[in-house]
Amino acid sequence: MLPESKPLQNLDYSVLQQCMHCGMCLPTCPTYAQTGRERHSPRGRIALMRAVADGELSLTNTFAEEMNYCLGCLACTTACPAGVDYTTLFEAARAQTEEERVLATPRRQALRWLTMRVLFTRPRLLRAVGRLLRLYQATGLQTFLRRARLTRLLPRRIRELELLTPQIRSNFSHQLIASIEQPHDGIVRHRVLVLTGCMQDLMFSEINRATVDVLIENGCEVHTPPVQYCCGSLHAHNGDRATATLLARRQLDSIDPAMFDAIISNAGGCGSHLRHYDVLLAHDPTYAARAREWSRKLRDIHEWLVAIGFRRPQLPVASGPREMVTYHESCHLCHGQRISRQPRDILRALPGMELRECAEASWCCGSAGVYNLVHPKTAGWLLERKVSHLRQTEATIVATANPGCHLQLANGLRQAGESTRVIHPIILLAQAYRSEKQPKPPQA
Amino acid sequence: MNSSDCDPVADALCRILGPTRVLTAPEELAVYAYDGTAALKQRPRIVARARTTQEVAAVLKVAREYRAAVVTRGSGTGLSGGSVPVPGAIVLCLVDMDRILEVDLRNLTMRVEAGVVTHQLYEAADAVGLFYPPDPGSMRISTIGGNVAENSGGLRGLKYGVTRDYVIGLEVVLADGTICWLGGKCVKDVAGYNLRDLFIGSEGTLGVITQVMLKLIPRPQARRTVLAVFPKMDAAAEAVSAIIAAKIIPCTLEFLDRRTIHCVEAFAHIGLPLDAEAVLLIETDGHPSAVADEIAQIEHICLAHAATSVKRAADAAEAAQLATARRSAFSALARLKPTTILEDATVPRSELANMIRFIAQTAEKFRLEVATFGHFGDGNLHPTFLTNERDTEEMHRVEAAMSEIFDYAISLGGTITGEHGVGLAKKRFLRRQLGDGSYELLKSIKRALDPEHLLNPGKIFD
Repeated sequence: MLPESKPLQNLDYSVLQQCMHCGMCLPTCPTYAQTGRERHSPRGRIALMRAVADGELSLTNTFAEEMNYCLGCLACTTACPAGVDYTTLFEAARAQTEEERVLATPRRQALRWLTMRVLFTRPRLLRAVGRLLRLYQATGLQTFLRRARLTRLLPRRIRELELLTPQIRSNFSHQLIASIEQPHDGIVRHRVLVLTGCMQDLMFSEINRATVDVLIENGCEVHTPPVQYCCGSLHAHNGDRATATLLARRQLDSIDPAMFDAIISNAGGCGSHLRHYDVLLAHDPTYAARAREWSRKLRDIHEWLVAIGFRRPQLPVASGPREMVTYHESCHLCHGQRISRQPRDILRALPGMELRECAEASWCCGSAGVYNLVHPKTAGWLLERKVSHLRQTEATIVATANPGCHLQLANGLRQAGESTRVIHPIILLAQAYRSEKQPKPPQA
Repeated sequence: MNSSDCDPVADALCRILGPTRVLTAPEELAVYAYDGTAALKQRPRIVARARTTQEVAAVLKVAREYRAAVVTRGSGTGLSGGSVPVPGAIVLCLVDMDRILEVDLRNLTMRVEAGVVTHQLYEAADAVGLFYPPDPGSMRISTIGGNVAENSGGLRGLKYGVTRDYVIGLEVVLADGTICWLGGKCVKDVAGYNLRDLFIGSEGTLGVITQVMLKLIPRPQARRTVLAVFPKMDAAAEAVSAIIAAKIIPCTLEFLDRRTIHCVEAFAHIGLPLDAEAVLLIETDGHPSAVADEIAQIEHICLAHAATSVKRAADAAEAAQLATARRSAFSALARLKPTTILEDATVPRSELANMIRFIAQTAEKFRLEVATFGHFGDGNLHPTFLTNERDTEEMHRVEAAMSEIFDYAISLGGTITGEHGVGLAKKRFLRRQLGDGSYELLKSIKRALDPEHLLNPGKIFD
């Protein structure tokens, strides 16, 4: 265990001092845009953290709420010329408020324990729960309860959440992907490992399948361990550094990065955290070296494909007129990982599709991990703003590369009565490769 | 309002503004303790957020009744401590006064509330083919009220001047709560003293600016930008002199030294040359044929003065990227050291080369790291000392170096501040520059307008 006490006070002070309060971050911060209050800005939050570290402010409820009001979208880190490491500051601040139980209530602690310590540390248990949820949805029980309005018996909050329950897939990643898959022509140019994620595995396993498809199409031998641990991003962002560290170690125990040319992530949120195992385990004598190797090899799928010069598909995904696609940037892909150009490169390479840029493409959609559950009002405001920008593009497809954004946008578009589809860019690329192999449709 | 409910001033303000617009909790006050200036911090007593001129007037009356100081604030991006609170102050925050009230296409004017963000009014003008030229580095977040109070400059100062040159009318609230309009839409207007200009650059010490009427100009039809790379600072300075001597006034003529180039490139990744001693960012605008002619001449002059490369921005997006990168220079320097003490000593253009040499010598003499960038075209330099506020001994050396730099700038006929204002950061040096006569005149104006010293007291002078 790392020394856990007072993460803010024990932080390298230069990280706090790096903020010279110039204010360049303010116009990019969604919560500042919402309220105009300095406290709700990155600069304000850092000032509060510094005040805590300096002993000028005690760890109050207000402080803890402020740290949780932050979306953690990291837009401020892209805007910051001084290079402030807001991720570290934010995680330390949340960790400290959790460790000192500033916001603790029995219910909150029980929920945190159940999700973060139990469910998201045991991949098999998580899948079992997924199966149950799937059963609830597939047997028609969900539809029945909703139709019979029996869900009304639930408390309001639970009822609202029930509506947001995503569709669980009938097959999870390990049922779709062999643990090792080779390029069709047998020529291996790269050996990579694919991380299947938790949400991605339960709700979007087809994205994992598509990821493997496009990799083998581009000369990669793909290793996909059937059981994988949660990356720990949920824990790190929510102030449970101990579990985050534990999960990182387990990940490194089960996967040796030295065996691969790249470790591939296809979810913006996971990738952003996975890349920083080197920082997380920097002071761990047993794991530091391996974590450095891991971080060196960690690649977002789009980044990797562009880096190896992916093959451009030759045939349109669908016959008919060109389809408009717009790209919504996952915060942790563009701000967390600085991957912004590559997904667009892939979308532009799709025959029969035209990429149309959306205003504020790199603004948070409000999903932000569990933010839409914890702060539904702010999340709803952001989602509305996002949907209105998406609508203006008149695109029929919104491409995005993070399961949280995916669900949030799909919900928002559906509620707004839009038929726009939300699709991961890699699904589109995989479809394009697939349609090349199908016989040509008869000419009209 | 969360705590200190017994503060009578807070109570009185709550009655005017409502409880959600009066902030007294320690978590709220801690974040209004600073502006964009390094190493200055003072928590206020209360933060009051007004939405209308009438509310501002009412707040000032309360302040007067309780003899509480008022520090007016926009987005808090100032660089001389102008909006850093004084002890016991009410911070009067105007960011909620953010409406564009009128765009008058027949008179080419725009009337806005003080809390409108500069870039937003720039865009509103641009949308109708008009142009608001002043573009301070912080324009994406700074408010027009703050720009007027500090008389902010920017990258386009060389050709287009500064904020003052575009303000034709102001609504101000005086210390006693009186609301006045100064100036208006007339191009010519000599009725009475020019009080409007008195408030421009007054740093919140004479009254509170609540509305601004701006003069707009037609948007230039064409713009071209070049980036010229120099192996030596002197060569860059000579190229600038030659451009001016050739009677070309580019709208922007910026330079970055080696350290600044490295920091900006680390942030912006736009391919700045890391082996250069200096780069010039030059933009010319106007009629397309004039622009084509000027940019060719500028390129020729740069090459004739030993530029190793001269690269034209391919399109408007690339030009904007270069300008944005330049605007990030000050903040980007914080990558090197935690505290960046930024100055804006300004000299007549002809003295630039001397000034730059002196800055380098002074930094060496005091064993300090300095990075210099700035507006080469108008002689406005930004020597920035890279230090650590926790290193008291080094901070003393920074002070000493600054003092010598200011003395030298004054001796060359320059000024201690070109565009950031005096505020707290430079008030020790003001008398040296102004001399006793005009220094005392400033103070007597202050006494006349704010006899009780309630408006941003202790700024500019004690």
